[in-house]
Order: sequence, then C-alpha cells, then structure tokens
Amino acid sequence: MATIYIDGNPYQVKDGDNLLSACLSLGFNLTYFCWHPALHSVGACRQCAIVRYRDENDTRGRIVMACMEQVADQARISLEAPEAKQFRAQNIESLMINHPHDCPVCDEGGECHLQDMTVMSGHNYRRYRFKKRTHLNQYLGPFLHHEMNRCIQCYRCVRFYNDYAEGKDFGVFAAHDDVYFGRFEPGVLENEFSGNLVEVCPTGVFTDKTLRKHYTRKWDLTNAPSICQQCGLGCNIIASERYGSLRRILSRYNGDVNGYFICDRGRFGYEYVNSERRIPHALKQEPAGNWQGLKKEIAIREIRDRIRAARKVIGIGSPRASLESNFLLRELVGADQFYAGIPEQEAKLIKEVLHILRHSGVRTPSLKETESYDAIFVLGEDVTNTAPMLALSLRQAAKNQPKEKARALKIADWNDAAIREVIQGQKGPLFIAAPSATRLDDAALATLQAHPDEIAKTGFAVAHQLDASAQGAELSASTEDFARRVAEALLAAKKPLVVAGTSLYSQAIIHAAANVAMALKKAGKDVGLFYTVPEVNSMGLMMMTDQYLEQAFHQVSSGEADMAIVVENDLYRRMPAHIVDAFFQKAKTVVVLDAIAHRTGERAHFVLPAGTFAEASGTVVNNEGRAQRFFQVYQPRNDIQSSWKWLQALAADDQLAVANLDEVISRLIACYPELEGIREAAPDARFRVGTQKIPREPHRYSGRTAMLAHIQVSEPKPPEDPDSPLSFTMEGYVGTPPAPLTPFFWSPGWNSVQAINKFQIEVGGPLHGGNPGKRLIEAAQQASMPYFTDVPPAVQQQADSWSIWPAYHIFGSDELSALSAPLQERMPASYLALSPADAKALQLQPGNSVEVNFHGQAIRFPIIIKPDLPGGYALVPKGWEATAGWIFPVQSTLKPVQA
Amino acid sequence: MEQPLTQHIPKDGGWLHLKDYEKVGGYQGLRKALKMTPKEVINLVKDAGLRGRGGAGFSTGLKWSLVPSPDQVPGPRYLVANGDEMEPGTFKDRLLLEGNPHQLIEGMIIGAYAIQAEFSYIFLRWGYQNAEKAILQAIQEAYEAGYLGKNILGSGFSHELSMHTSVGRYMCGEETALINALEGKRANPRAKPPFPVVSGFFGKPTVVNNIETLSNVPHILDKGVSWYKSLSKCEDGGTKLYGVSGKVKRPGLWELPLGTSFREILEEYAGGMRDGYQFKGALPGGGSTDFITAEHLDVAMDYNSVAKVGSRMGTGTIIVLDDRTCVVGMVLNLEHFFAQESCGWCTPCREGLPWTERLLQAIEEGQGRMEDLKIFDDLTRYMAPGHTFCALAPGAMEPLQSALKYFRADFERHIHEHRCPWK
Repeated sequence: MATIYIDGNPYQVKDGDNLLSACLSLGFNLTYFCWHPALHSVGACRQCAIVRYRDENDTRGRIVMACMEQVADQARISLEAPEAKQFRAQNIESLMINHPHDCPVCDEGGECHLQDMTVMSGHNYRRYRFKKRTHLNQYLGPFLHHEMNRCIQCYRCVRFYNDYAEGKDFGVFAAHDDVYFGRFEPGVLENEFSGNLVEVCPTGVFTDKTLRKHYTRKWDLTNAPSICQQCGLGCNIIASERYGSLRRILSRYNGDVNGYFICDRGRFGYEYVNSERRIPHALKQEPAGNWQGLKKEIAIREIRDRIRAARKVIGIGSPRASLESNFLLRELVGADQFYAGIPEQEAKLIKEVLHILRHSGVRTPSLKETESYDAIFVLGEDVTNTAPMLALSLRQAAKNQPKEKARALKIADWNDAAIREVIQGQKGPLFIAAPSATRLDDAALATLQAHPDEIAKTGFAVAHQLDASAQGAELSASTEDFARRVAEALLAAKKPLVVAGTSLYSQAIIHAAANVAMALKKAGKDVGLFYTVPEVNSMGLMMMTDQYLEQAFHQVSSGEADMAIVVENDLYRRMPAHIVDAFFQKAKTVVVLDAIAHRTGERAHFVLPAGTFAEASGTVVNNEGRAQRFFQVYQPRNDIQSSWKWLQALAADDQLAVANLDEVISRLIACYPELEGIREAAPDARFRVGTQKIPREPHRYSGRTAMLAHIQVSEPKPPEDPDSPLSFTMEGYVGTPPAPLTPFFWSPGWNSVQAINKFQIEVGGPLHGGNPGKRLIEAAQQASMPYFTDVPPAVQQQADSWSIWPAYHIFGSDELSALSAPLQERMPASYLALSPADAKALQLQPGNSVEVNFHGQAIRFPIIIKPDLPGGYALVPKGWEATAGWIFPVQSTLKPVQA
Repeated sequence: MEQPLTQHIPKDGGWLHLKDYEKVGGYQGLRKALKMTPKEVINLVKDAGLRGRGGAGFSTGLKWSLVPSPDQVPGPRYLVANGDEMEPGTFKDRLLLEGNPHQLIEGMIIGAYAIQAEFSYIFLRWGYQNAEKAILQAIQEAYEAGYLGKNILGSGFSHELSMHTSVGRYMCGEETALINALEGKRANPRAKPPFPVVSGFFGKPTVVNNIETLSNVPHILDKGVSWYKSLSKCEDGGTKLYGVSGKVKRPGLWELPLGTSFREILEEYAGGMRDGYQFKGALPGGGSTDFITAEHLDVAMDYNSVAKVGSRMGTGTIIVLDDRTCVVGMVLNLEHFFAQESCGWCTPCREGLPWTERLLQAIEEGQGRMEDLKIFDDLTRYMAPGHTFCALAPGAMEPLQSALKYFRADFERHIHEHRCPWK
C-alpha cells in the first residue's frame, strides 16, 4: 500500500495501480473515456486530467493524465485544482464539437457515459459554431446498430474488439477528426463477443439492435439479477422487462465468473422469452389432436386426479430447469421415480466430471480465474462454441507468458499499449486439440485436429510424459511431437491449466484431461482443471440423481409406470425420435411443463406453461460447481409461473404447497446435504436493508399509474414476491444491495453501466460483500483416485461406415437461444462436413448432398468440405433440427444423393 | 569557414558517389569507430556536444547511452534514421539526403556500432523521390565496398541497412509514430515511458535519430571533439543547416556555425528583405515554432538562445513573415496543415486543431468575432505541452499563440473590418 495525498488529504491506495483507477476505487468522481477497467490505460482521451505536484513545496504542479501515472508513495495530486477542472470541461467541449447532441432520440440516452461525464465535468454551453463532421453508418448484422456520428473516438471499441477479443473484421480507419470505427465494408461483425461493444462504447455508437426493436429507456425497465441460461458457465446477467416482454440482457459484473463481459449468445439469445411459441395457459390434449385451454385451477385438479389414479408416476427432470424445479418434481413423484432427463451417456460423463472435481485433488478455477493461468491445454473442446466466454478468458491467459517480457522492462500492468508493443502479438503456450479447427486456434501456439479417440490418446500420452507412472498411448509421429511440445510447455509453466468437457461425449477425453492435471499436480504445479458441461444446470441435476432417461423410458415401456411428468425438457432433443415415440405410445398420461411449444409438448396430454428465467426464480449450478441464484424479472399477466410452483400446486403435501423459495431450498438441502451451500447463493426472502426491500425498478421509473389505465384507472397493487427480498416496484432501498441482489447498476451521477465502479470494493475487484455464487465442491489437497487407464484403442475406419461427430455453434447449438430471431440470422444451414480427401473419395463436391442412415431413417445433409479436417470422420451441427436426438458418435453409411 | 556536411555536395544537383566520398575522407570516421569500443564511441559523441537536429535538441550521445547493452537485454536492437522531413518550411535533410547519402550511411553504421544494432532503417518521406534513388544506390555501393554486411572492414561487426519509403504523414516525424508506421501500423504516437531506447521497433530497443544529426557523426569520429566544438559559436558543438524562406532576396539553405545570429543569416546569407517588403516576424525553426519579431533579430540561432526569447530553434529553417502578407492567412495555412496531419488519437489535437482552423478561416473571411480571440487563448492553453499525447498539437499552437501575442491587432482588424485587410 502507498499513501497519496489528494487535494491535501491522505489516502491509502494499492501499489502499482494507476492514479485514475486508484481515485475511482476511493470513490472519487473523476471523468474518463478511453480507460476501461478490463482494457486498462492508453491515455488517448485526456479526460482524466489532474494536477500532480512534485512534492509538498510545489504549489503549481502540472497537468497529467491520471490513467497514465503510476501510484507512488507520498504522491500529491489534485482533482479539484481549477486548471484541472477547466481542462476536463474543455476536453468535453472539444468532444462535443462533433457529437450530435441527439440524446432525445439516442438509444443510449439515460445510460450514457458521455452524458454522465459531461455533467460531471461541468461543461454546458457550446461555443463551436461551425458544421459538425458526419459519417455514413454501417450495417453490422443482426446484433448491433451503428451510429458513427455520435462517436467521440475513445478507441475503446477497437481496443475491446481487436485487442481484447482479437476480432479481425473491425478497425479504425482514416485520421484526424475523420477517424472512423467500423468494418472495411458493411457486413456482419463476426466476433462472438461483439455485443460487449454496447457496454464498452461510452455513448450511442454501438447499441443493442434487439433492444431497439422494442425500445425502452433504462429508467423504465424492471430488472432482476439473473444467470444466463444458454450454456454451462452461468455468466451473470441483468435481465430487463417492460410491458410484459423481455427487452434486453446486459452483463452483470461478477469478478469470479464473467467479469465485465458476456457472449453474443447470452446477450442476444433472449428473444425466445417473447416468442410466439410461448405457452401462456394450461392446455389439455384429449383425444389426440384436440387441444383445449384449461383454467389453472382446473388443470391442477385434473392432473392431481390423474396422479392419484395412476399406477406409478415418474418424473423426468432437466438440466435446463433449476435445482428447485427438479427437486419439487422429485418430491412429487418420489426419489426412486425421479430421472435426469438426459441420456445415460451424457449423465455418466457429468457424473464422471463431478467425481474428478471431488477426488482428483486438482482445483477447478472459476471462469475468471482461468485468466490467471500461463499455459493451457484444451482437449476436444471448441470452447468458443461450447462455452463461449471461456474462449475470451483463455485469450487473456494465453498472453500471460508473453507479458512477462513487459514486466521485465518494468512496464506497469495497466500500461496496455506499451505492453502490446513489447509482446507484439506473440502467442503464449495455448494448445488446442479438437476434431476440427476452432475459433480460438489463432491464439494457440500449436493445434491438433484429430479423431476424438486420438485426442484422448494424445492427452494420455502427455500425462505419461509428465509422469511415467500414468498410462501412456501410442501416437503417430506428428501427434507425438505435438504431445511432447504440450508436455514441455505445461511443465515449464507456473500455473498450467487443462481444459476439457463433455461436448464430444468421450469419457476417455475427460479421463485423459484428469490424468494430465493429476500428473502436473504431482510435479508440484499449481494446476487447474476446467471442464465444460452442456447446460446451465447440468451439474446441479447430476448432483441430485443417478437415474437417467433410458431408465425412465424403461419404466414406461415395461408397464411399471403409466404416467410421466416432464419438466422443461424436449425429449426429442435428447433421444432418437423412435424411442421417444415409443415412450408416448406406452404412457397413459404425460404432463409437460415447459415454456416453449415443442415436439414433446405436442404429444403430451397436459401442457403447463412454465416460466423461463425471466418469470421464475431458482438456483443453478455451473460447470465449476458454483451455485448461483437467478431472480424472476417480472410477473406475467397470464398463467405462466415457475415449474416449481406448478409442481407445488400438484403436490399433496400441504406444507410444501405453500412453501416459498427459501423453504423449498431448506427441504432440498435436507435431502441433499452436499447442496447445503446453495442457501448462500443469495440472501433469503426475509433480507431487508433496514426495513426496505430492493426495488427492481429505478426510482425514475415512469408511467406506473398510466400503463394499465386502459384496463382500470386506479393503479393496481404491485405483485408480491414471496421468494426474494426484491420488490416489483420503484420504492425501496437505493444504494448498494448485496451483490446477488443487485438488479441494476446505478449511482448518483453514474447512469451508465460504468456505475459498476461504485459497487466494487476496488475498481475491477470483487463486488461489495463478495462476488455472487457459492462453490459447492472444493478439491481435496491430495488426490484420492488413481490415474485412469482407459486409453482408447487405435481408430479403425470401417469401410462404408462413417463415424459422425457433433460440431458446435455458438448460434444454434443451444436449444432455447436458437429460437431467437437475431441468432437465427447467424446460424449456418444444416450440413455434413468432410475432409477434402474423404469428399473426393466419395465423389462429392460442395453443393452435393448425402444421406445418413439414422436408425433406418434417411436424413439428407448438404455437404461442406473443411480443409482442416484430417479425414476419417464427419461432422454435423449439434442441436439442429436434422440432428436433434442423436446420440454421438453416429455410425452410418454416407450415400451420395443424385442431384 | 568549415562546412563539413555540405561542402562536398556536387553543385550540379547530383550526389557524392562512394569513390568521391572516400576521396574527401569518407568512411574514415567509421574505420576509427570500429577500432574503438562502442562505449568509447558513445562517449566521444556525448563529449562533442552533438544535439539532435530534428528539433528537440536532445543529446545524441546520451540517447545512445540509454540503450541497454546486449548483456542487459539480449536480442535485436535497431537504429532508425528519421528522414520524414515534413515540418512546414523545412528542407534541410533533403539537401543531405539528395547530395550526400554516404555521409548518412556512415553515420548510421557508426551509430549502430555504438548501440550494437544489427539492423538499421532509413525512414524516408514519400515525396523525396530523388533522394530515394540516391540512397538506394549508395546503400548498394556501401554493401559492395564492404561497409555494410557481414564483418565490416574485418572488425567482426555486421550490419544490415535498408530503406523504407513512407506514404507521407507529418505524424511520422514523431519517433514513436514513425516506429509504428515502420511496423506497418497506424502512425499513432506511443506513450512514453517506455521510451524507444527500451521498447521501440517491434518492442526492441531502438534509437531514432534525425538525418542531419547522423550526418554529423562521421566527422566527429574522424576529426575529434575539439575540432567539432570549434565549429560552433555556442556551447553545443558543430555546424547547423539554416534555411530561409519568405520574401527575402535569396531564399536558401546554408551550413553555418551553430549559434550564428538570426540577423546574420537573414541579412548576410538571405540578402535581407526583398525591396518593398518589411520584416515583420519569423518562425525560426519551422512551422511549429513561436514567432520572433524585429526585436529579436540579434538572437543567436542555437538551442538555448532561441528558447530564451520564447521560441525554439526547431529545425533551424526560418520562415519569414513580411508586412504585405496577412498573418492570419499564414497561421490559417499552417493550422490547416496541422489539423489535417493530426493522427486522431488524442482529443485536444483531433478536435482542437480543426476548431482552430475553422475559427481562423472565419476571421480571414470576415466572419470572426471578438470572443474568438478568447477561444484561441483557451485553445492554446488546452493544447499546451504535456496536455496532449504527443508534441504535434503543442507545436501547432506555437505560431498561433505567438501571432496573437505579437500581432493581435491584425486579428482584431479582421474582426472589426469584417474582411482581410491584406486582400
């Protein structure tokens, strides 16, 4: 720590920090634009000018940019010196020369950092009397709206997009007051993290195009702290509503998970909540094809009657449903009748991941922590498409070793441009082995494209090189070389990280990754092991049951059970259609609770409208084993409610029927002591600040008395929320609530997302009261399991039988977000990918089609040829209509289709 | 009077080829340098008092000594000759580049030896096409004669030199922007620290020296410190190329002792003002220096003396303002240039210079207002040294702030008369 004097008063600040960050951490309001807590300093905007004095005898001082000055003990600075204040106001005046002052029609208005900084600087009247420069805007795809005239040239967009996310199709063009930020020509911005420009841009140049389609000012939104449901990482988000529809998603800072950013799937994939395929009311189908709407009470009564009459009722849970919903299903049908709604193969993989997390003795870092590792080996995962934000984190981690060179030159960690000049794009030790080239390959030192079994063998071989007592594997010469390089780099690192996951459905890969990590641990390394899992609550679900979908179907096909309740699950996406069809043929009554109409619902006898994350509260467990709570955003004006509330209503247990979320959690914990920690994911419903609840709406929320006036002139009582200390109103505590309960970031004078500074203990550090989420699993100090030995045999290609593996797509492979129109624009058409040699051998050309024989059904795929494929296997997109329900790998002939 | 830098330049517009250069003592300095240790070379240059001729006047020997030695920081290091001469009114490096390229090359090899650089680059302004031809040929000659390449003159020192012709930005005259441009990036300046001597070209230790500076080096090595110091009329060593443009009888460029008085340059060499024109003021060292006026005529043109009268020696190329030329128009012309050449990185320069230009335009066109002069005062303070990312905008403010100081009445006349009185 160092002591600095700000306007004569002493303060303790962190050594090595820059003065801007130090001042903001102390709570001072100092204006800035180009600095960003994750992107650090470059000194371009000149907005954080302060006066720095040589010593206590220096009364004049000189103007410096706080972001470019290192904290030094006994440093003396002034924020309030008239020349500094005048400079800051003058700088705003300069920026306003070309800014259009179109705040009333600008999407950013009301949450604009430029507005905040302008007011903070004290600049008001313009003196510039000439024409403003104007630019043409570009079409940038379905996610972002571009309005270049508003640009104040802070360079944050290029620094995020090109430097941080390492996107290639964006940049800065031209010079002087004509600089332009955009693409070389209009077109879709490719990078998977482009949406962060909405929050990174300090004004309205890059705004959310999806919000624009149903625009609402920030102050008119009802918000809730939520968890992204679109992959297994559990990024923290703010979800916002007005007039009964979800309007947008913002990143919610969590210093342990996603930091400041989220991916484009998470940000723009929410439209399914507003989809026409939502089910608003209970439905009954009897006889088949004859649908009728039911009142809530009647639906509950009828289903309860069926349950009573049934021989045996089974419950099929879901990895996209909360712990609470899965638990109440289990309570309704009994533990023995509760099944995870995923196939055996996937269930066992996740179980295996859990087992390794508990017993390998290797720490699983949080998502954000992965950025602190200095050598990374990725086995089998195309992380950009299976766990997108991990790709962004690994890009940062890959720079850790090159950055050492800058440290050796005594360049401060915050001096972003200077560091980049030293490292010159040099790559750090990131190694990726995957079935095809991945979007992260450009950051990797070496990559390997190989059959999944070959990837597993490579992992085993690496572990064997690190520790001869681990089982080795025979490799080809080139793969051997790759494995040697990986082993050497991991051993040379201080903090090596091993990344794998479930996406290739390969237990051998998961085992190989564990072996590598355990061998590194044995070698004394501070090693991390990070597994990705398919869905938002995959881990939570598998902490609740060992039973899987095949067993559930067997209960019905054997005639033991005659009724099934399916919660938030489209079974046709889990298992081949003929198997699900057989289940429906045999089951007498099937009740489906889900948010979206799908094939499973279409065949059900009862469909109950379940809430999405926007209309429900609950807890989910991410890949790290972190329990996180998401809160209902708004109360829908129809029968939609969370699955667990429907299940409560169906239960015979009167006490359970009236339980709120906390009581449900208490019951859950009683059954699952390992889940004890979920209670700490957020304060319970009784929490108050003083006597006050935490309002979901900003205190400037408008129109409350008018928005329902066409129905009833008197203002209705706002809905109650028995499940959380959040209120559905604008009244309550305005300040800094506990981090898991923060519905939006606002602080006096800070209306933009940059208000986050005021919610952190120090800028870029943890949130006040600690980052949200509770880790449920901590590795023991020592491994309590031996090395795995299940090295796959050599890959044998059978003539005329191809193994087909899944390829993942950030836009499309996730079930729910794929229903959102903006994402659909980014989904590739269905395909089957072959290597050039294989395509040639099959006499196939791009544009030709092949037929895959899937359980006797011929499914047609257009061919694409991927030069990065080594050959011997094919890839199809995971989660597409044509591949729904496939259990990978699929073995099939490939029959060319005559055009 | 000795004119070591220019005396051998052929008068016919051609350049001094290797054979002729060797005849007049060429590459003797290099031979001597290679027999010394790098440290001795640096100390010699430091002792000679050679200061950077690009405008900032930083001690060349000191700059070289700041490069970490190969034991401290192993790996490549670079020397770059800054030939991006785009300062308005400046044409001194051009003469040296077009007339005596070997002198530069020799200076570069010596400099490279001093900092133990294996590679060096000449960064050339795009418009200097005659120089480009001469330099390319001279480099070829130097390679053939063994002054460049492996094991130079049997010394064990190897050096490769190549030339990069820029696409032409004033910004590239700033050493860090030049380095970025040389790397193929936007010509934006870099934050200092780290200085290029620590992290420069491709993140490696790099020295950037002006053409004229490097051209002095062979002579210092060849003839020694006391000879070099004796060339000058002030405490710093050597000669200086001084130029004069404007309504003088003989505009031109002369190599004179450093510290020659402004009056001597103007009256003796440039022949005084043309008939019918009165001296009104001058920018002593290129477009980005403060005006001096008739009261300063006796100032010695060296770094410290010009600074004492509130301006800078800059490049030493004087632009003379006469009484029949509108000062507002002259400053407008300069500010137009500077606004256009701003890289667009930092706010004051990017936004402040176009505003300055537009205000001057308005005043020149009779649309000025008295409050505009207050805005000028604010803008010049706003774009003061240290307030901006690099020196471009503070330099651009120098002619404006001094014009307002000395010729404020001319600005006011424009505003009151709603026209340019000189038109």
